[in-house]
Parts: sequence; structure tokens; C-alpha cells
Amino acid sequence: MTALLTVSGLGKRFGGFVALDGIDLEVQPRERLGLIGPNGSGKSTLVNCICGTLRNEQGSVRFADETIDALSAHERTRRGLARSFQLPRPFAGLTLAENVRIPILYAVNARASGHLHGAAIDERCLELLGLVGLADKARQMPRDLTQIEMRKLELARAMAADPKLLISDEAMAGLSHAEVDEIIALLIRLNERGVTVIMIEHIMRAVMEFSQRLAVLVAGRKIADGNPKDVVRDPEVVRAYLGE
Amino acid sequence: MSAGAAPAGMRALPFTLVLIAIAAVIFLCGRWLGSSYAFFMGYVVLQYVVLGTAWNILGGYTGYVNFGVTAFFAIGAYSTVVLHKLVPATPLPVMMLIGGALAGLVGLGTGYLTLRLRGVFFSIATLALAVVVQTLITNWDFVGGARGVYVLRPRVAPLIGGEYVQYLFLMMLIMTVIVLVTARAIERSALGYGFAAIRDDEGAAEASGVPTLRLKLIATTLSGGFMGMAGAPLPYYVTYLDPASGFSLNYAVNAIAMPLIGGTSSWLGPVIGAVLVGGLQETLRVTISSAVNVLVAGVLMVAFVILAPQGIVGLFQRKRR
Amino acid sequence: MDGTANLLLNAIVSGLLLGGFYAAVSVGIAIAFGLLDIVNIAHPAFILLGSYVAFIGNSLWGIDPILAAIIALPAFYLLGMIVYQVYYVAFERRDDQSLRGLSFFFGLLFITEVGLVLGFGVDYRTVQAVYIGPSIKLGLFDLPLRLLVPFLVALVVVIGLQLFLSRTFIGRAVQAVAQDQQALRLMAANPTRIKRIAFGLSIATASLAGAFLIIIQPIEPSIGREYIGRIFAICVLGGLGSFPGMVIAAMTLGIAESLTATFFGPSWAPAVAFGILLITLAVRPSGILGR
Repeated sequence: MTALLTVSGLGKRFGGFVALDGIDLEVQPRERLGLIGPNGSGKSTLVNCICGTLRNEQGSVRFADETIDALSAHERTRRGLARSFQLPRPFAGLTLAENVRIPILYAVNARASGHLHGAAIDERCLELLGLVGLADKARQMPRDLTQIEMRKLELARAMAADPKLLISDEAMAGLSHAEVDEIIALLIRLNERGVTVIMIEHIMRAVMEFSQRLAVLVAGRKIADGNPKDVVRDPEVVRAYLGE
Repeated sequence: MSAGAAPAGMRALPFTLVLIAIAAVIFLCGRWLGSSYAFFMGYVVLQYVVLGTAWNILGGYTGYVNFGVTAFFAIGAYSTVVLHKLVPATPLPVMMLIGGALAGLVGLGTGYLTLRLRGVFFSIATLALAVVVQTLITNWDFVGGARGVYVLRPRVAPLIGGEYVQYLFLMMLIMTVIVLVTARAIERSALGYGFAAIRDDEGAAEASGVPTLRLKLIATTLSGGFMGMAGAPLPYYVTYLDPASGFSLNYAVNAIAMPLIGGTSSWLGPVIGAVLVGGLQETLRVTISSAVNVLVAGVLMVAFVILAPQGIVGLFQRKRR
Repeated sequence: MDGTANLLLNAIVSGLLLGGFYAAVSVGIAIAFGLLDIVNIAHPAFILLGSYVAFIGNSLWGIDPILAAIIALPAFYLLGMIVYQVYYVAFERRDDQSLRGLSFFFGLLFITEVGLVLGFGVDYRTVQAVYIGPSIKLGLFDLPLRLLVPFLVALVVVIGLQLFLSRTFIGRAVQAVAQDQQALRLMAANPTRIKRIAFGLSIATASLAGAFLIIIQPIEPSIGREYIGRIFAICVLGGLGSFPGMVIAAMTLGIAESLTATFFGPSWAPAVAFGILLITLAVRPSGILGR
């Protein structure tokens, strides 16, 4: 089986600061990968390079048997690579239904495979909001939502692009125990439908519960990658997390 | 753009027909009145409906502020001057198309150079664009340079007969219908949703598959093109055009103030703003003085952006909720 | 030395002097746009307001224009604080800087301009001072005092502001305010208050810049618009927020305009700033000294 996402030798620097240094990462279709690392370890930069928000100076990213280094962010989304933002970034002037409508119009309908029209789009919007339990708020504005609802909208919008790979960037920070469980369940349901998921998270409980495989970034380098239970016992990982 | 923003849902074709019917009634009323003052004044208001709506396609829908309205407007006006001198027989609609195309191209170019950056840089570039186009025209003797140019207005209107100003008014009326139908169609199309996504969060729009640069270029080109078309009949309206009046800051302030006063989220906003402010200005010009009337738009605009950021349309929406 | 070379050298020198004045004109925007991220396109209108204050002081009471500007400094500082307060309440707090915040300043620009037309008419106004008229001959160069005096005072102002920003607590807070508001709050400094002070300073510089303007050339209300392109060209070319970069950019523009005026005619000069601005934005948006 060929990998869905292959990151090889990825490097990114900001001025003199090396944010990412020779990252190699493979993700198989339908896999659930956890990605952890201390603050400033380069997780978000990696996501931004994979999704095209930032351009990597070295190495390359392959997605679904295609090198996507030259593609802009929206072209990557159209090819099935979606993400949620760490801090929710809803379209504040649009209703919830319209928020999830954007990726349908611009990512799903841009593909050769499926064109949704008129009522079919409205239905799909409600269905997506239903998946995250926001269907009854479809006509409300994002400012009416609570923090957890914002996170759910963020995920619903990422899912609306009908992705092959979803990157969830710290969707759970600051949420209660029950809310974390809700989001994990949501992501697992999504994964069962055939979507590959990369979860970036600080909450270890969530990562351990969700991930089939775990990768660890420290100071822009990948220091471990493998079975979650083995990885968290890795002395190097323990040192990075508990200090020298 | 939000579900409740647009007035009662109507398909595009009926909307167009209704608009044409209204336009026809307005024109026939004018003919019946037979007052050339009414036509002259109506032309000015319609010109601002077009300018305001054109500005709003970029400013209101995508959130990119164009301060260089006068540049696009004057490109349209001066392309007519050039055509008038070279090929005097060119019909006015053709002149409007050519002026619009030129202004649209300038919009595309300016956008292409600056729209990759933060929005304010585009705004600053458009401010400077107005100065440079003015400099170019001031130094171009063929179109009169700094002295200005006289354009002889034909006596009789082609096709419809009567005074020529009636023809100018009719052209601007048709232009208004075209611009309003376009603006409303954009609001309800995928393009409109894309514009709104850009306005709210460009990064999130990209991540949702919206080709932001291409959409912004579409908006600047359309917006600039419509402004150019609005400017094309101007030489025949004023009969004497010089850079100082063609690039008057009034045009820019009015074009920006009217949508902001009326409301930027729907096509109706610029119309309300233009009719209200245009009418008020005309009244003040007649009753008090022409110096005070130009202040009105500026003062109202500042008052509205501070006190009623959603404009008049927004005030009514809030009441309805 | 032949005529052209002489012309060239003199154009460069007067461009350099003009650049010093441009630095004074731009320093307010370097603070507002560069450090506070407030795109105050009305700045030229405040500068023009400063010119008319100098004009009133000079024509009514015979005060030296620069002295008049210094007397008016506190009033301009206060005006700046008020404008910032309105801007903060109406736009920054609502996170609506881009569309309505920009339009707000555009409205101020227009209102001020029309207000000045109503108050003073569209006639050109000038001031009287001993240094307007004579010039110093330095070898080949002709140094007109009306350019030299603003140049020197402008440099003192820019250096003074640079020292204020780098040496005092409030100055450093101003430099930090755009970068990290959280850290400022931890230092018990209120970011809004810091920004209010900084914006007050930004408008205060307009008082002096206005006096320089009316010393250098006769003014009328719409002249401010020509400076919008210049000011932003200088600030962008200099790299936002960098004073040394801004001074270099101001001198560059001064020389470019002076050469254009000498060899192509003064009516082409306004286009130079725009050309530089557009090329900078297209090619190197971080400015000449940028990373």
C-alpha cells in the first residue's frame, strides 16, 4: 500500500531560526496519527507547510501520489487535504450553514467527481452541522457560539471539503473532559468513514486514546515515531517533556 | 450576504425585469415632466448609484478598500475624450465599453501587483494611483493637459430624440440596471460566498478551497471596469473637463460614503446611500451653498462608520430581528 | 565643470535637503502605521492643519512659523489622543480596522480639506521668516536656507524620537505594543494608553511638518493629497517602523523627485513616489532595510 501523505526532508526557517529541520513523515490511508511536541517544537509550522499556508524551503510533500510543493493552499484543499485551525477562524459575517457551504462550493464542486446544486447543497450543509451537533443553529452567526461549538464548527468546515486527510490542529485545548471525549468520538467516526486523520494535541489522554501511531517533534526535528505506548516510554521523549 | 440580508428571495430574471420596468417608468416620467434639470440631476444620482455599487463589489463584498475611485472614473472619462477627438462618430455605448475595459485592465494590474500583500497596501496603492493617473493626464497635451478640454455635446439625442441629456440619462439608467443586476447576482452566487469568505478571513478561505487571489482580481477588475463605464459619458455631461474637476476628491468620497451609509452587505445599500446623499447634496447646493454640500458626504460617512457600521440597511435589519 | 553635471549635483543636494523634510513629514506615519499598525491616511491633512496654524501665527502675530508649530505641539498631541480614542472605541475594539477604520480616516482627510477650503479659501498662502529667501553658497552648491533650516530641525526631531523610543520606558512600550500586547499587560502597562500616547506623538509631529511645508512652498488645502503617496512610499520603502530606513528612503525619494523635476519638469514629480511605492510593493514589500 502506498502512503497517502509523504513528507520527506522538510525544512523551514524564519530568518536565522530553524523551525523545521529535515522532517520525514509517512501517513497511510485511513490511519489515525497523533503528533505531539512541546510548545514551539514546530507542529503548527509543519501543518502550515503541509497545507500550503507556508512554503517549505527544503524537502517535499507528496499527497495522493502527487508532489504538491508548488500548489497553493486552496489547490491542496481541493485535492483532499483539509485542516482545522488551532484558534477557530469562522467566517464571522456568515451563518453557520454558510460557513460550511464555502468548502462545498469551492473544494467539493471544484473536483471532477461531484457537483452539488441548489437544495443538495443546503441538505449537505445541514448534514455536516448535524454531524457535530450544530444543526439547530444553522441560521445563527458564529458570534452566538460557545468555545466548544466554535471548535465543532471549525471541524465541520474542514469536513465539508470532503477530505481524504484531515489535520486537526489542537482542537481540544481548554475543553472539559466530556467535551474532549465528544471531539475524539467525532474524529473516530470520521476515520471510520475512511478519512485519514492527523491529530495535533497537547492533551495526552486524547492523543493516547485516539492515535494508532504517534510521532513526536522537538525543536523542529522528529525524535520518535511508532506505537504510542512505546513512544511515550522512549527515554528521549521523556527527557524532552520532563526537561533535562 | 447572511441569510436574512437580501430582501425577499426573487430569481434573477424576474428581478431584472422588475428593475427594467422601474427604469422605464422613471425614464417615461422624466420625458413627461420634460424638465432638463430633472435629467441633469437624475444623471448625477444614477452616476453615484453606479460608482457606489462598483466600489461596493470590491469594498463591501471582499473588504478591500479602493481609494482610487477617481483614477478609474477619470480613465473612463478621458478615454471618451480621446475617442471623441479621434473617432467622433463612435456611439456612446461603445465609448462606455472601451472606457470600462481600460479601467478594468488598470484595476487588474494594480490588483496583480499589490493584492498578494495585506489589504492596506492595496488601499495605499490605489490612493497613489489616483495621483499618478492625474499626473499623466495633466502632462498629456492631446487631452488638454492641465488646461482642460472642451467636448461639444451633440444637440439632439440619437434614437430617442429630444435633448442630448436625455440620452445621457438613459445610458446611465441602463448602466444602473446592469450594475445592480450584476451586484445582486454576485451576492447569490458561489462568487459572492467566496468574496464574503475573503472579507471575513482570507487564510480560512484559502483553507476552504477558495482561490483568493483570483477572486480578488475578478473583484478589482469588475469594480474598476464599472467605474470606468460610469465615467465615460462624463465629458458630454460637463462639456468642459480638466484634471482638477475630473479627479475631484468628491467622486471618491461619494463613491465610498454612499455604500457605507446605505450598508455594504447588500446591493440595496449603495442605492439607498446614493439616492439619499445625492438628493441631500443637490438640495443643499440649491438652498445653501456648493461648498457645504460637498462636506455632507464626508461628515455623514464618518458619522455612519462610527455610529451605525452596518449602514441604513443594517438599521432596518436589526429592527426586524 | 559643465552645466549638466552642475545641474545634477545641485539637484542631488536639494533632493537630499528635501529628503530631510520628507522624513519629518513621514515620521508620524512611521509611528502610526509602522509601530501601531494604524493606517492613518489622514496624516497629510493634519500636516496641512499644522501649516495653517503656522500661517495664522505668522500672519497675525508675526511669530516664526517653527516657533508657532512648537507652541501648537500640545494641542496637536491632544488632538491625536482624541482621534485615537475615537478610532479605538469605534474600530479597533470592534476589530473593524480595515474597511471602516480606513474609511474613517479617509473621511477625516476629506472633511479637513473641505474645512480648510471653507475657512481659508483656495488661495496659496505663505509665511515670512528671515531664512526664507537667502541661501548659502558652499563651493559649487547652492544651499537655500528655506530648505536647510527644515532639514536640520527635521533631523533633530527624528533623532529625538528615535532616542525617546529606544531609551525611555514608554518609548520601549510603544515599540512593543504592536508585537506583544500580552507582555505589556504583564508589565502593568495599558496597551491602549501606550497607543494613545504614541498616536498623540504621531499627530504632534504633523504640527512641525506643517510648518516646514509652508516654509518650503506656498500651500493651499488640496496640496496634502500629493503627500499621501510620498509618505507611504517612504514608509514602505524604509521598512515599516524603522526610523533609519525611513530617513534613507526619504532622502532617496527626495533625490529621485529632484532629479525628475530638474530633467523632466516639475509636473512629473508626483508620479515618482507612486512608481517607487508600486515597485517596492511588487518586488520588496519588506523595504530596503527589511529582512
